[in-house]
Amino acid sequence: MITLNINKKTYKVDANPDTPLLWVLRDIIGLVGTKYGCGVAQCGACVVHLNGEAVRSCVTKVSRAEGKKVVTIEGLSATNAHPLQKAWLELDVSQCGYCQAGQIMSAAVLLKENKKPTDQDIDNAMAGNICRCGTYLRIREAIHLASELQGKETSGK
Amino acid sequence: MKKRSLAVIGTLLIMVAIMAFSLDTSKTIAPLVVVKKDSLASVTAFKQVYTVLMSARCMNCHPSGDVPLQGDDSHLHTMFPKRGVEGKGLYAMKCSNCHQPTNVAGLNKPPGNPNWHLPPANMKMVFQGRTSNQLAKQLVNPKTNGHKTLQQLIEHADDGLVKAGWNPGEGRTLPPMSHAAFKKAWITWIKNGAYAPESK
Repeated sequence: MITLNINKKTYKVDANPDTPLLWVLRDIIGLVGTKYGCGVAQCGACVVHLNGEAVRSCVTKVSRAEGKKVVTIEGLSATNAHPLQKAWLELDVSQCGYCQAGQIMSAAVLLKENKKPTDQDIDNAMAGNICRCGTYLRIREAIHLASELQGKETSGK
Repeated sequence: MKKRSLAVIGTLLIMVAIMAFSLDTSKTIAPLVVVKKDSLASVTAFKQVYTVLMSARCMNCHPSGDVPLQGDDSHLHTMFPKRGVEGKGLYAMKCSNCHQPTNVAGLNKPPGNPNWHLPPANMKMVFQGRTSNQLAKQLVNPKTNGHKTLQQLIEHADDGLVKAGWNPGEGRTLPPMSHAAFKKAWITWIKNGAYAPESK
């Protein structure tokens, strides 16, 4: 049995330690917000946070997550009120939506480490997340908006 | 009585000082590399070393720009991950987000190592585009080699990330000689004077 901390809850799962974390999240635990895209760490659809870093869960063995904190798109905010989620809705970023969980999880790491990212910072952070609908310009705009929202929330506290 | 007290205190101070020196293991003297000046043997060995360092498995992480190289043809790494200050990537594009502690099984899956990184931004230690003359000089200069002494350079042949070049994961070509042969040539180059081949 492997013990995992996912979205602040403890799960005990019966899985081979070499199983990709993505498989455990989706097929065993039922957190299907994280998507399977390429399976070779090339597209970014499967990004989750592992101790605050934007790892690709399709190539991350579940054993690497043991004793660490995993956050999936379901756990980013209890009320879907993360500045990125608000910005995404405000600007209607998604088209088909398949890649968007990964996009948001990658963007969340960017905004945690850089409160006011430039276009270049956004490109540097998001170049590994592919969107076949081509929503890149809206994603960039939404990250700028989320940065503003985050700034207002912080200053309001 | 006063003289006796002073003598006791003095003796104690001397003992403490002696103990302090004998317990200070942090200042062990680095073993000296015995260098024999043999430019022919040194340069001949470096020619072998150079073929390894310029192979994809070594050069791909010593790029001239800030994006690592990838594949046997050393193309720019897809997704263009950037070096970052410490050489470990930026934001959501850090090396270890995809590169796991071990190789991921299967073709075109990320090779792994617990310490996957590029050289840091303040000392890029570029291999790409260097002639053998330039690279040899760069490797022995502590200002351009990561502040390494000759002894540390010798030890670097057994660094975990260096050795990962010989365990690159499926579908990737190995360096042009075994790690043992490389290490032998590397040490021969250094111990015979670490000469740089003539610039052409």
